[in-house]
Amino acid sequence: MFSYTLRRFASMLPALLGVSLLVFLMIHLAPGDPARLLLGKRATPELVTKIRTDLGLDKPIYVQYVLYLKRIVLHGDLGTSTHSRRKITTELGERFPATLELTFAAMILAIVGGILLGVLAATHRGRALDFLGMFSSLAGVSMPIFWLGLVLILIFAYGLGLFPVSGRLSPQYDISLEKLTDIAFLNNFYTLRTVATGNWTAFWDYLRHLVLPAVTLATVPLAVIARITRSSMLEVLHQDYIRTAQAKGLSRRKVVFKHALKNSLIPVVTVIGLEFGYLLGGAVLTETVFAWPGVGRWIVEAVSKRDFPVIQGGVLFIATLFMLVNLLVDMLYTYLDPRIRLG
Amino acid sequence: MMKKNCIVMMVLVLAFAFLPGCSKKDTEAPVTTGPVSGGVLVIGRGSDSIGLDPAHEDDGESFKVCDSIYDMLVQYKEASTEVEPGLAESWEQSQDGLIWTFHLRKDVKFHDGTDFNADAVLFSLRRQFDPNHPFHNVGGPYKYWVALGMNNIIQDIRKIDDFTVEIELTEPYAPFLSVLAILPFAIVSPTAVEKWGEDYSAHPVGTGPFKLEQWSRGDRIVLAANKDYWGGAPYLDRLMFRSIPENATRLLELESGGIHIMDDPNFEDLARIRNSDKLDLLEELGMNVAYVAMNTEKKPFDNRLVRQAINHAVNKRAIFEQLYESEGQIAKLPIPPNMFGYNDAIQDYEYSPEKARELLTQAGFPNGFETTITAMTGARPYMPDPTKVAEMLKADLMAVGIRANIETYEWSTYLSRVENGEHTIALLGWIGDYGDPDNFLTILLSSSGAQKPHASNIAFYRRPEVDQMLQDGVHATERAAREALYQKVLGIIHEDAPWVPLAHTNQLKPIRKEVHGHKLHPTSKQDYRKTWIK
Repeated sequence: MFSYTLRRFASMLPALLGVSLLVFLMIHLAPGDPARLLLGKRATPELVTKIRTDLGLDKPIYVQYVLYLKRIVLHGDLGTSTHSRRKITTELGERFPATLELTFAAMILAIVGGILLGVLAATHRGRALDFLGMFSSLAGVSMPIFWLGLVLILIFAYGLGLFPVSGRLSPQYDISLEKLTDIAFLNNFYTLRTVATGNWTAFWDYLRHLVLPAVTLATVPLAVIARITRSSMLEVLHQDYIRTAQAKGLSRRKVVFKHALKNSLIPVVTVIGLEFGYLLGGAVLTETVFAWPGVGRWIVEAVSKRDFPVIQGGVLFIATLFMLVNLLVDMLYTYLDPRIRLG
Repeated sequence: MMKKNCIVMMVLVLAFAFLPGCSKKDTEAPVTTGPVSGGVLVIGRGSDSIGLDPAHEDDGESFKVCDSIYDMLVQYKEASTEVEPGLAESWEQSQDGLIWTFHLRKDVKFHDGTDFNADAVLFSLRRQFDPNHPFHNVGGPYKYWVALGMNNIIQDIRKIDDFTVEIELTEPYAPFLSVLAILPFAIVSPTAVEKWGEDYSAHPVGTGPFKLEQWSRGDRIVLAANKDYWGGAPYLDRLMFRSIPENATRLLELESGGIHIMDDPNFEDLARIRNSDKLDLLEELGMNVAYVAMNTEKKPFDNRLVRQAINHAVNKRAIFEQLYESEGQIAKLPIPPNMFGYNDAIQDYEYSPEKARELLTQAGFPNGFETTITAMTGARPYMPDPTKVAEMLKADLMAVGIRANIETYEWSTYLSRVENGEHTIALLGWIGDYGDPDNFLTILLSSSGAQKPHASNIAFYRRPEVDQMLQDGVHATERAAREALYQKVLGIIHEDAPWVPLAHTNQLKPIRKEVHGHKLHPTSKQDYRKTWIK
């Protein structure tokens, strides 16, 4: 297991190198001069030249790439935003907690809801419940996130007033919330911060802010998980050992949840891993509709400003996360099915 | 964008169908008494500030917050581009117009408790002016200082005593006070800049009515009232600037009371805002202009008759009504009517395809010609839909026999192309920095602005007479003389017709009815000193 993990880590390196090269080439070949965009319409030729030199944009592209890699490898430095002039790692540290909390909330909803829906559909195959479950999951996959987010806001926030419209905390809590530490990264985990400081009203306020974006973000993975669970369950339910279990007189619940479900989870876990990875990459649309200050919005804003270091650093970070999540999923297989040997 | 708007519309239609009356649950507001102290005013805007060091920033979102943190030596009067005392309580100008002496207020402290004095003024201005200043290379380029060519205008900045500062100019410069009233000339706390260095823009310290309390990137900035503000403590306890990128969400936040003021409403939402019993819509003409520039270096636009013909051919009113939803004013001159020197006596070119054809025939193009309209792809503050403007122009030109193709480019590529004169007809606009016609005319229509590859005069309009008058306008010290000069210049430019001026847009600010005392400023400066919430 250990050597497997080590090898997987090693194999991540060329993949990351590939990602970094691809992103680097893509943003450098796209139209738009970052120095010009930085200086705007009031740019003078001298200042544009100076900024290009400062940013290293006057060097040949391969030199820029090598310098970039050198900085990451030798100093672990992802660079500095050309616009805010702050470290990418600092900015990432400020944004990532919001994305992580939202992703976790959405994934919990998606996993619980998706598996339940899938199991129900499988055990009621061909009946109304199956039809309803699969229809709603199809709707979930095909619904435009942007539209869904706005509809949820309109009905549950604006119309019924059950939840706040957008943001992470209401102004009154925003202001009074105590700091946990001086480390922005930790402070920005609002669940941690509100619980650790015992500020339960703020915690409740935060949960209320989390509901609508989490539901919006959960629809697609929930639908995917439900469909995979259903088909995987259907396969398992036809296996001999299930018939044996039923013949032994085990309760239906025990057969379904203990015997069938665990064995049909392998493809489900793969999908969960993938979906989790996707969501961590920043749910741009959800973050935009709900004014959620996460990583996805940060990178998209950087693209429009041609803030190269932010795009490069952000994408590299997300790619790394994605690979790590996948590694974790592969390791989970051995737990779910001891017959699987990694190595 | 269109698609997105359709979706938003669909959503709204659906919601109102299912939720009748849900927007009308607030009761009538009671009769107003007087200003009330306290409360947090929440402002919803499209994105976060980049930094809060006024000398380094040049984006609107950063300035919106800096406006409340900092003061300048002089400031704009309420709802006017005239200046009044700020951190300087008085000033005088030498006979030759070269030396300005500022007498500073003695009762001012920075938010960090340090004293405001001549040293602070020197520090704030000299770090931009003097290449040998220890902080000259800290925090990035001084974009405005460089762009306004301040080192060519200022000869020296000197301290006379603790509360007197002298600024010597290289030659008389009439817009000087107007320039000093804009944010890049704000006075920063030297102690704070020395303490934070490169990171000062995240820890701003000024003398303004509010001070930074909290900045959560991408989310919100909280400013707390400066109770010791020299101009009297503001009514509000706090200001909160929230970043809400989606316009539809921002409006729903405003309607449900999550925010009090919103930036940049969609045109199509204005009717709904005006009809709301919870909202008011503040409007003020902005200091801007949107225009169509004809490249006078290229044939046939070197011919004045052709340019005049195009001015007659373009149906500005249709563009204004359809694409600007009649918000703002149709432009006839390159400067907005709220600026001194505006010449209202000039009659705009009437929309008349017949006259246009006549002029084209006179110019030797009875059958028209082929040309290209270059446009940027995304919306600009002065032009909500450049591609549609280009399409309407194309149709107008076609009606008089001019066959135009449309080329569109992404913003930065677009700027590089038009500033290098690679276009024949191009769309652009300008948002004034300070309240002086020089800030429009010298930049946009003088020879000095027509330098490739970074031209700001993208009509490449060069007329020595106009150049001379614009220079005289800068050197003249008498306001009446300046006004007369600019009115005359505008007449010549109108005759020469290097542009088709299109529109001056309004600043539009939907605001909750419980917010009082808030006024918009022509320069877009955001002033919350007198704002209060009931």
